[in-house]
This record gives sequence, structure tokens and C-alpha cells, in this order.
Amino acid sequence: MSLRSVAKQIAFALALPVILVIVWWFASAGSENYFWPPLTDIVEAFGETWTADKWTGDVLPSLGNLLAGYLLALVVGVLAGTVIGLSRTVRALCEPVLEFFRAIPPPVLVPIIALFTGFTGVVPKIVTITLGCLWPILLNTVEGVRGLDEVLLDTARSYRFRARTRLVRVVMHGASPQIAAGARQALSIGVILMVISELFGANRGLGASIVQFQRSFAIPQMWTGIILLGLLGVVLSVLFRVVEHRALAWYRGLRRAEKEN
Amino acid sequence: MTTDVATSRRGGFSIRRGRDAVLGVTGLVIVVALLEILPRSGIIDARFLAPASEIARELGAELGHGAFWTSFGQTLLGWATGLALSMVAGTVVGVIIGSVPFLRSLTASTIEFLRPIPSVALIPLVVLIYGSEPQSALVLVVYASFWQVLVQVLYGVADVDPVVRDTARSYRFSRWSMIRTVIWPTALPYVVTGFRLAAAVALILEITAELIIGVPGLGRDIGVAQSSGAVPLTYALVIVVGLVGVAVNVLARLVERRVLRWHSSVRKDVG
Repeated sequence: MSLRSVAKQIAFALALPVILVIVWWFASAGSENYFWPPLTDIVEAFGETWTADKWTGDVLPSLGNLLAGYLLALVVGVLAGTVIGLSRTVRALCEPVLEFFRAIPPPVLVPIIALFTGFTGVVPKIVTITLGCLWPILLNTVEGVRGLDEVLLDTARSYRFRARTRLVRVVMHGASPQIAAGARQALSIGVILMVISELFGANRGLGASIVQFQRSFAIPQMWTGIILLGLLGVVLSVLFRVVEHRALAWYRGLRRAEKEN
Repeated sequence: MTTDVATSRRGGFSIRRGRDAVLGVTGLVIVVALLEILPRSGIIDARFLAPASEIARELGAELGHGAFWTSFGQTLLGWATGLALSMVAGTVVGVIIGSVPFLRSLTASTIEFLRPIPSVALIPLVVLIYGSEPQSALVLVVYASFWQVLVQVLYGVADVDPVVRDTARSYRFSRWSMIRTVIWPTALPYVVTGFRLAAAVALILEITAELIIGVPGLGRDIGVAQSSGAVPLTYALVIVVGLVGVAVNVLARLVERRVLRWHSSVRKDVG
């Protein structure tokens, strides 16, 4: 790629966001409207609001809950999905039940879990995130394992690969593009549940702070919270893509080779 | 594959299907039985988990209440309105942006940026502006499901075969007939996928808005039941919402089959 085309790409990528921010800046400049404060006020409030204290006290704990819940869902989902995917009988037994659990909108887990514990502390939040993230990962793993090439499995068996090797190298590896698709869906559900679990009954955390700003009518501060959540969403999806890119490098190579033939 | 193998496979298919159905029902029965036994035997406190029979009784009683059906209607109406709006907006914007290369490269980064913003971040804002009115839910539903549709439509338009596009261009197709005869048929499977994803997301956000903001509907009823300690009712309503979710998934798949009857992806597994 020439320097010129790189520069052109960067210009294209930045043009619209810059235009939008400029429009927002000037359109809101003298805004008297209570709900839409001038962007200058919001930018000013950002630094004052999200201090180091606020980060360690609210933002990082929220992200910690998300990470814990998400990783737990990933481990349980992939393991259970592999077991269910490998056996036709187990799959048939579980399928309607799984379909039902998947169809329950994840936010209603919050009142259910609140029945058990009253929804204070960290554990119910992590459980909510895990239960919400679990279904897309689990069901995609089942699909991925089910879709594996029979010949591949038979070959691995006839070469007498050990069961463990077969499971990790052939089954999980082969299903990984599907697992990644599920993990991506789960990530956005996880972020939603992280926020909701704090809107519902917490006094700490990112979601709780935003609600506090809203209730105390600290409007520019509320806007900084919304923007911060947006930025976190973007950063998480970029991180996910980097990890996915590395993990599935073999898959892209395979696809490219198939296309060229 | 020889015909011999094909027919024997198909013969085995229906037997297998029957067996699978029996197993599926067995799975459901096991779950219901556990749901009855665990709270009854005291392994799980009945204050937390109501036995299946009590949930069923409560559900039956609810079906006779007018208030339940009002909530049910409010939820479905909010879901359908939001979904319809985002389908129209997502498809129109997607086809326009997708068929103009300049617009596509201009908007790519912005779309990638706006899409992962969790729609729940907007909750405080809509609460301030609309309070617990249905508009609050509508904004959240449309925002969340719009991106699902838009991104799929963009993939779909990008998937148009360049040879076909160039051929149509050299025949001097007008812009409209280009969209109608070249772009639309290629993009349609993606539009339908967008519909399926958006239908599920729209339901999640509708219920969330009801639960968190207090927009009238089943979600709000769940919140009220939980905070007033009506345990069987809470579970009964969650089951209703789950069944609505299942119905939405089934409906989306039916639409997919119907709209794409001519398309190879569907014809393959029918034939």
C-alpha cells in the first residue's frame, strides 16, 4: 500500500467523526436546553468527573465484574457446548430446554437473582453477567462442534490421537470460528448486563454513577458517563477483534486458500 | 452420493427426528420435575424458587386477568413498532450507503464506532426526556436494532457480484432498476438475517426499558412482582417473556423461509 492510499484511508476514517463532533460543538455552543448542554461543558466536566478515585472506585470494579462473569461464561459455555455437541443423544435431550433459556431476555435475570440474594454485593452481578453471556457461547459451540467434518474426526481417531489431543486440537480448534462468533455476541450482552445490574440495585459502579448524576440533575456529568460507556464499548470490541484476529489466523488463511482455488 | 445412500439416509431421518422429539420432551420434563422437587424438598428455599405447579397455577390465573393481557399487548406493540422502524431505516440507509462507494468509506469508521455503544447507556437520557413513557422504550429499541439491520444490509450490498453489477451498468440500467433487480436480490438474505437478529435484540431492549425505567408492559410487571415478594408470579411472568422470545425466534425463522423460498440456502435443505 502506498503512502498516498494510507493517507486517503485515514482521511476517510476520520472525516465523518470530525465533522460530527464539530457540528455537535457548534450546534450546542450556546445551548440553553437543559438536556443538551454545550459540548464545551461536557468536555470540561469529563476531566473533573472521572478522576483517579472514580476510576478505581467505580469504573474498574465494573470492568472487573464484566471480565469475571464473561470469562466464567466462556469456560462453562465451551466445555458444556463441546459435551452437548459431541453426542447426538445429549443434544436432542437438551435442545428445547436450551432454546427456551436462550429466548429469555437476559435482563429479566436481574429480578430473579434479586429474589435469591437481594442483589447487593459483587456476586449477584457476576452471576447475572455469566448467565446472560452463557447461552450464545454455549449454543454456538454446540453448532460448531456439530458442524465438524466427520472425516476429520475419523482420521484423528484412526491415527490414534489421544482423546485429550483430539478434543483440544481437532474438536475445539475446528469449532473455534463458531465459538468466536458466540463470544462476540456474548460480549455485548455482557456490557449491557454490567450496566443494568448496577442500574438496578447498586450504589457503586459505572452504571450506578450515571444514574446518580441523572437523579441529581448533574446533566453534563451524566453525559460524560454516557460517553465513557460508549468509549468502553468501542475499546472492548477493538480488543476482542485483536484477540480474535490472532486466534483465528489459521482460519483466515484456510479461507483465502479456498477462495484462490 | 449415490441415490441409494440418499434414500436410506432420508429413511433414517424421520426415525431419528421422532427419537429426537421424544428426547427433547424428556429434557423438558426433567427440568420441570427438578423445578417441582427442588423447592418442595427444601434443597432450594421456596422463598427463592417457587415449585413448578405453583408457577403453573399462577400462570393460569394470570391468563384470566385483563391487566395481564394489557401488559402483554403493550410489550408486543412496543417491540413491533421499534422493529418496524429500525427495519425500514436500516434497510433504506444501508442500501443508499452501500451502493455509493464514497459514502461507504466515509461512514465505515463512524458505524464501527457507534455500533458497540451499549444502548443501555442511553437509559439515563431517555428517562430525563420522556420519563417512563413508551417513547423511552422506543428510542432504545430502535437504536439497538437499527445497527443490526444496517450492518447486515451493508454486507449484503457489498456481496453483489461485480461482474453482474458491471453488466447491468453497461446495459445502462437506471439507478432504481439497478437497486431492484441487482442489489436487492443479493442483499435480501442479509436483510432477513438482520431481521432475525434485530427481532431478538428489540425484545431484549423493550423488556429492559420496562424493567428498569418502568415503561408499562410485562417487564415492569416482573419488577413489581419481584419487589412485592410475589415469587410464583415473578417466575410465571419470566416464563411468559421466555415463551414470547421463543415465538419471536420461530416467527423470524418462518419469515426467513418464506421470503427466501427461491434462494439456494433455503432450497437446499428443503430438497
